[in-house]
Amino acid sequence: MALYSEKVMDHFRNPRNLGVIEDADGIGEVGNVKCGDIMKMYLKIEDDIVKDVKFETFGCGSAIASSSMATELIKGKPLSEVKKLTNKAVAEALDGLPDYKMHCSVLAEEAIQSALEDYEKRSGKKI
Amino acid sequence: MIYADNAATTRMSKASIEAMNFVINEVWGNPSSLYTHGQKAKELLEKSREEIAGLIGCEPREIVFTSGGSESDNQAILSAAEIGRKNGKMHIVSSAFEHHAVLHTLEKLKKEGFEITLLDVHNDGLVNPCELESAIKDNTCLVSIMFANNEIGTIQPIKEIGEICRKKNVIFHTDAVQAVGHIPINVKELKVDMLSASAHKFKGPKGVGFLYVKKGIKLKNLIEGGAQERGKRGGTENLPGIVAMATALKEAVAGIADNTPHIIAVRNKIIEGLNDIPHSILNGDIENRLPGNINFCFEGIEGEALLLLLDDKGISASSGSACTSGSLDPSHVLLAIGRVHDIAHGSLRLSIDESITEEDADYIIKSVKEVVEYLRSFSPIWRELVSGKKEFIL
Repeated sequence: MALYSEKVMDHFRNPRNLGVIEDADGIGEVGNVKCGDIMKMYLKIEDDIVKDVKFETFGCGSAIASSSMATELIKGKPLSEVKKLTNKAVAEALDGLPDYKMHCSVLAEEAIQSALEDYEKRSGKKI
Repeated sequence: MIYADNAATTRMSKASIEAMNFVINEVWGNPSSLYTHGQKAKELLEKSREEIAGLIGCEPREIVFTSGGSESDNQAILSAAEIGRKNGKMHIVSSAFEHHAVLHTLEKLKKEGFEITLLDVHNDGLVNPCELESAIKDNTCLVSIMFANNEIGTIQPIKEIGEICRKKNVIFHTDAVQAVGHIPINVKELKVDMLSASAHKFKGPKGVGFLYVKKGIKLKNLIEGGAQERGKRGGTENLPGIVAMATALKEAVAGIADNTPHIIAVRNKIIEGLNDIPHSILNGDIENRLPGNINFCFEGIEGEALLLLLDDKGISASSGSACTSGSLDPSHVLLAIGRVHDIAHGSLRLSIDESITEEDADYIIKSVKEVVEYLRSFSPIWRELVSGKKEFIL
């Protein structure tokens, strides 16, 4: 069996929503360089909906794929729904991750939640 | 495909495969049986022992066949420790960047009351013989220093260490898994007392290796059983593997003189090419280095992603990043030579053999450059470094 599912490899090879949003409404950064994973999420929000999302990741194949999949799952979605995003949903959407790589999906969830908190702080709105 | 991971394992040579097939098909008897068929097997077993002994400069009875490098390391270290324990000598000197077969065995001995000194290997990845000499105490029973490092390829001053140990009357073991068949080795000239080797690192089969033990050093059994290997390792001998190993080693040693200049020339070309990548560094001393080893760190990227993308381009390589080891820490070897975590995660090891061409080298350089640049393009760390928010380490 291959190390990763085809979906993981697809999102790793062709990451969706890669890049930066210069005038983002919320930015979240999680992970640390010591462990070898850092994820940064940029959100553009209009009418309580994720209008646009971009990410940057320093990390392994599954970290890049998890970030990419997470952005796909939240793009165009209402914030109330985004807030409920779990790492399990990210991993399942990728057709699973090896056990010792599950923390990559956790980082993706945390990066998005951290960006949402940043948005709440900046806008003064409560989701 | 360009296979550049020969330090992980090698493809068996044709001659080695043929030797293995020959034994499986024609000489399948048990070397311990007394009828002709068994005795023919015994003959081949002892011929292989003689050949291997001749190739590393020892006597046939000083070679013990094992299942590979890890078993050889375990048996060598545990045997020397046993001798030390009997003489009230419970101190062992080794280095910080040994293979885990050595380090984990030493950890086990530490729990049993042994004192372990792990020498610094400095930024160049070399043990300093003067430091080694001063680390040896009256109660030191063993010095175990690897011949060449498996990740960064640095070749240790084995002859000097051998002389020091002989002078101090301490057993000297060397894990030579990466060196045997790649550089000339004569255990008598080097004053080595024990040496571990593994067949699959020199185009022989997996699951077989040997341990050289100088006459007079009593081995401790790891596997109890019959009288095979002079009673020092029970179990019917892996004759197909042993004969194939001897064949592979003969071929490898005979090829060293012819192959080395080419391998070094291509290796240096790749090193020069990769040196062009900004904020990168070669790991390990360039002079005292295995001919086929290249090991770099690239700032701002992670090694596993690098390997997967190189694999997509048809290049098989290796990395010391945490994600490739399945643990949270990057390679202990890179940490031992002073690379911080941030940098150690972004490492790449290429280990080439004589089949590499100049065109392969060009392709490797071009591919690594592309992949590093691509991964940096969306690395948040790289962005911080470039924008000046964080200072470059390399």
